[in-house]
Amino acid sequence: MILSILAAIPIAGALLLALLPRGRGGHLPAKAIALSVSLVTLAVSFVVLARFDVGDGGYQLTSTHEWIAAFGAHYAVGVNGIALTLVLLTTILAPIVILASFDDRLPDPRGTNAYLAWMLAVEGLAIGAFTATDAFLFYVLFEATLIPLYFLIGTFGGPTTTPGGRSYAAVKFLIYNLVGGLLMLAAIVGLYVVSSRQGDASYLLTDLTDLDMSRTTERLLFCGFMAAFAIKAPLWPLHTWLPDAAAQSTPGTSVLMVSVVDKIGTFGMITWCLNLFPEAADWASPVIMTLAVVSIVYGALLAIGQDDIRRLIAFTSVSHFGFIILGIFAFTSTSMAGSTLYMFNHGLSTAALFIVTGIMVSRRGSARISDFGGVQKIAPILSGVLLLAGLSSLSLPGLAPFVSEFLVLAGTFTVSIPAAAVATLGIVLAALYILIMYQRTMTGPLDPGSAGVTDLEPREIAALTPAIMLIIGLGFFPQPVLNAINPAIDTVVSHIGKGDPAPRTPTLITEHSKDVPTDEEGGH
Amino acid sequence: MFDLMWLLIAIPLASGALLLIWGKESDRFGHLIGTAASAASFVLGVVLFVRLMGEDAGHRSQAVSLFTWIDTGTFHVEMSFVLDQLSGLFVLLITGVGTLIHVYSIGYMGHDERRRRFFAYLNIFVAAMLTLVLAGDYLVLFLGWEGVGLASYLLIGFWQHKPSAAAAAKKAFVVNRVGDIGMALAIMLMFAQFGTSAIAAVDAAAPGAGDSVTTALGLLLLLGACGKSAQVPLQSWLLDAMEGPTPVSALIHAATMVTAGVYLVVRSNAIFDASEVARTAVIVVGLVTLLAGAWIGCAKDDIKKALAGSTMSQIGYMMLAAGLGPAGYAFAVFHLITHGFFKANMFLGAGSVMHGMDDDVEMRHYGGLRTMMPITFATFGLGYLAIIGVPPFAGFWSKDKIIEAAFGENLWVGLGALLGAGVTAFYMTRLMILTFLSQKRWRDDVHPHESPRVMTWPLIGLAALSAVGGILLLGDWITEWLEPVVGHAEHHELAVPAIVLTIIITAVVLLGVVAAVVFYRREPIAAETPADSSVSIFARAGRHELYGNEVNETLVVRPTRHLTRFLVWLDGMGIDGFVTGLADRLGDTSQLLRKPQTGYVRSYALTMFGGVAVVVLCLLAVTLA
Repeated sequence: MILSILAAIPIAGALLLALLPRGRGGHLPAKAIALSVSLVTLAVSFVVLARFDVGDGGYQLTSTHEWIAAFGAHYAVGVNGIALTLVLLTTILAPIVILASFDDRLPDPRGTNAYLAWMLAVEGLAIGAFTATDAFLFYVLFEATLIPLYFLIGTFGGPTTTPGGRSYAAVKFLIYNLVGGLLMLAAIVGLYVVSSRQGDASYLLTDLTDLDMSRTTERLLFCGFMAAFAIKAPLWPLHTWLPDAAAQSTPGTSVLMVSVVDKIGTFGMITWCLNLFPEAADWASPVIMTLAVVSIVYGALLAIGQDDIRRLIAFTSVSHFGFIILGIFAFTSTSMAGSTLYMFNHGLSTAALFIVTGIMVSRRGSARISDFGGVQKIAPILSGVLLLAGLSSLSLPGLAPFVSEFLVLAGTFTVSIPAAAVATLGIVLAALYILIMYQRTMTGPLDPGSAGVTDLEPREIAALTPAIMLIIGLGFFPQPVLNAINPAIDTVVSHIGKGDPAPRTPTLITEHSKDVPTDEEGGH
Repeated sequence: MFDLMWLLIAIPLASGALLLIWGKESDRFGHLIGTAASAASFVLGVVLFVRLMGEDAGHRSQAVSLFTWIDTGTFHVEMSFVLDQLSGLFVLLITGVGTLIHVYSIGYMGHDERRRRFFAYLNIFVAAMLTLVLAGDYLVLFLGWEGVGLASYLLIGFWQHKPSAAAAAKKAFVVNRVGDIGMALAIMLMFAQFGTSAIAAVDAAAPGAGDSVTTALGLLLLLGACGKSAQVPLQSWLLDAMEGPTPVSALIHAATMVTAGVYLVVRSNAIFDASEVARTAVIVVGLVTLLAGAWIGCAKDDIKKALAGSTMSQIGYMMLAAGLGPAGYAFAVFHLITHGFFKANMFLGAGSVMHGMDDDVEMRHYGGLRTMMPITFATFGLGYLAIIGVPPFAGFWSKDKIIEAAFGENLWVGLGALLGAGVTAFYMTRLMILTFLSQKRWRDDVHPHESPRVMTWPLIGLAALSAVGGILLLGDWITEWLEPVVGHAEHHELAVPAIVLTIIITAVVLLGVVAAVVFYRREPIAAETPADSSVSIFARAGRHELYGNEVNETLVVRPTRHLTRFLVWLDGMGIDGFVTGLADRLGDTSQLLRKPQTGYVRSYALTMFGGVAVVVLCLLAVTLA
């Protein structure tokens, strides 16, 4: 019940905003409502967290109702540690995004109500997709997130007049994702066929995991799901919609798109692809791991070559999604836990980057890196936050993304040394794309055109502070999140019949840790 | 008591964070907080070290675990720290020299409006460096390793309004990251091989892991060490790093951080002891770098760059010693400590000179400064005597031991190290003559003057340590102290008695000194650097840092740039072009498809009829077949 409430609050808030008359006294009520709704959602998500038993790897807080009996669709929700992590990411980022977007300059200044309403709609639908435990419900919500994002990009993004403007980007975004969705729809229909042949048709995750399928069927259905997720995530070579969409979006939209909605793709790989089609996933893993490694290096190299700061961040995300997907398809509990944690950390770090660069872009009136220079001198706090967010993107130890990236690499190394070794090149390339961007925008003599870039305002600091604190805090104390993730990952790993290869030369760890209290059992 | 060792790190870390967050009102006293934090850490370090000496030899490795850093799957890392004989010495060096440099910076950075931030970065550096040496797990070590890299980045680029400083900072970080590939892969390999990256556990398991594994581990760790310690082939960042304020060059790029690679090799002695190949690689890297650095040191006219070349070269000595295995580990650490004293001393001395010379770094603009800056001259002079290895100063004892051990390993290695000693004497004498001796060459509007006391006192302290640092060797104290960590050294019989070798070394050093005196006393020194065309090919190569940057540019930077450009083009034209092209084709197809949608029912009927006919034909075909 509480999960339904959690998803319903932002949706209700969105409807309220849509119905709200455009007041004369500016948009203060709309802004206040949107922020309050997102904060209430955050509070409710903490209640969910409090009621969640961290030690249990199964689905909790479940509720199931029959929805469309004709083909076995249910309204079924529940969370395990993986889903909960992503729900929390969504509810934490929503107020940050809304607060940071208060003063966005929109093409139509009267559009603030709709702008904030669509954002809340994204939040509600994303929560729904993360909590759905019925394949049909998941599919519907997964596709439904396209609608608010389409309008957020197409209506509130950059200028339409330039070639490749916001309309182009929005349509490209929509078509790409619809094609993926269509393939997934075919697979969803296929699932019905398989399921109904074995008795009563059902789309419930619990029923689908035990489905008997021929090898070919399983592989075909897997490809249908995977195509949709790979476009969403985005995996090379299906990534080209993302840079255009990110370059034409407002910072808030970019955060919702990359930090939250794209995570449904990687979340879907773990939750749906691995649980439903374990053998097909195993069959496809060499290809997917290769594509993931290509994504890591390719995304990083492309990021180095960008002059548009928003496209740069989009390409860094292509690289980071490569790490996430690599970890998932390495099938070790270490790498998969790393991938799940990576989803959370990447959400935070990318949010901070998009927001802070968005502020730079709006004050400079240009997104071109070459139009900046020496901004550090006049905006020290801004440049400090940019550097910190950038360092988290390059996975500096001590900041959250390092832990997840290292877990992915260490886990992958145990099953494929070449994949891990090539992926490790990413740490040099990441240093290049971040530090070159920082050097060109922030250091050197002040560029005359950048003289109008003022430092962060209190509202912007307030929006960024929670993200920054989490990035630092989780760098040293990732364990609370990992404790929630671990049991769920163990369940998935044992379901697909995989595990971590044993160390080749095991040591007597007890010898070292005799004065180190380790509680393998009680720690969870 | 040893449970408190985390405070060593926490105090400067908290101070650094405080100074960054606290607003402008702390500008007046921020530097005092920073210095006090470093001093507090030093006092605690001394107390802990004394306690450590009071323990039995068998109980001098004290471990604490603060909390579980990462625990998932089979991956388990404790935030653990170990204070033992090795890390204890480093704690004293880092916090001791660090505190002196904090004090010095109060004066040196006195006129900088961002002084508070400078002290915050220094504090963060001290905390990270202590994390590095105290770490009980390679991943925790990596945390400190990258932390010092960050501090180095921030401090090299401290004057980031200068494009050269910003570029140097970025270069340092990126080159170090290349080394980090080695570190990261080494830790992954440990995890895959041993199931842990705890240093003690890896130590225990390494001998049984097989030659290929220990060789791989050793070479990967060496790659990391090359980056951090500016060893060939990852040396190119160190000379550029001299863009940072001079106290930074003294603390980070001479006394402590750049020696972390040596620490890493010594700390991983179990791995290197088990791999002959890896040790040989360490020796080769050390030998090549010690000669390359000395060569560069001979050719540079920029006082800081000459000293930086010298730092490379001296770290080469330490690497070389560490590559010798148990025979050399203790001497590597010994030289590391004495070098920390005399090189920090000389860098701060150089800073004192620059302070009096309006920040000019060109030695050709100096000359005859001994009378203008007597304290700086005297303290620098002690550092000079120490580095070239004049008995009884600190460097004599440590370098002598390394050269002796090198001869014990291999004649050619020994000869290389001996040659390095002669060249060191040459370039340091050259530096002394150009700066303090010879005639005045500065312009009349420059008024050299001695630095304030807050700067000269640290110089005096470090000069004293440079003079007497050799006492660590008294009664073989340092080798016996470190033996439980690095193992027992087999004694090599040399072809000649050790005392004869010492005399030979001293003679070579004297030769270097005389050569420099003859060379630079012969004629008046030009106040401007002679053009490249008028100097020998050796000097030209040295000035260009043996073309290391050109090699990197040709082999790495330019190909990467071209690849990036090509991929950007490909992404727009190729991949996106293919997909959007596909979309366009789809668009064309739909145009075609639209034509039959005429709105005439009769044409629809015809189409339906055609469709039905096709279906029927298909069914027939299938049934008949």
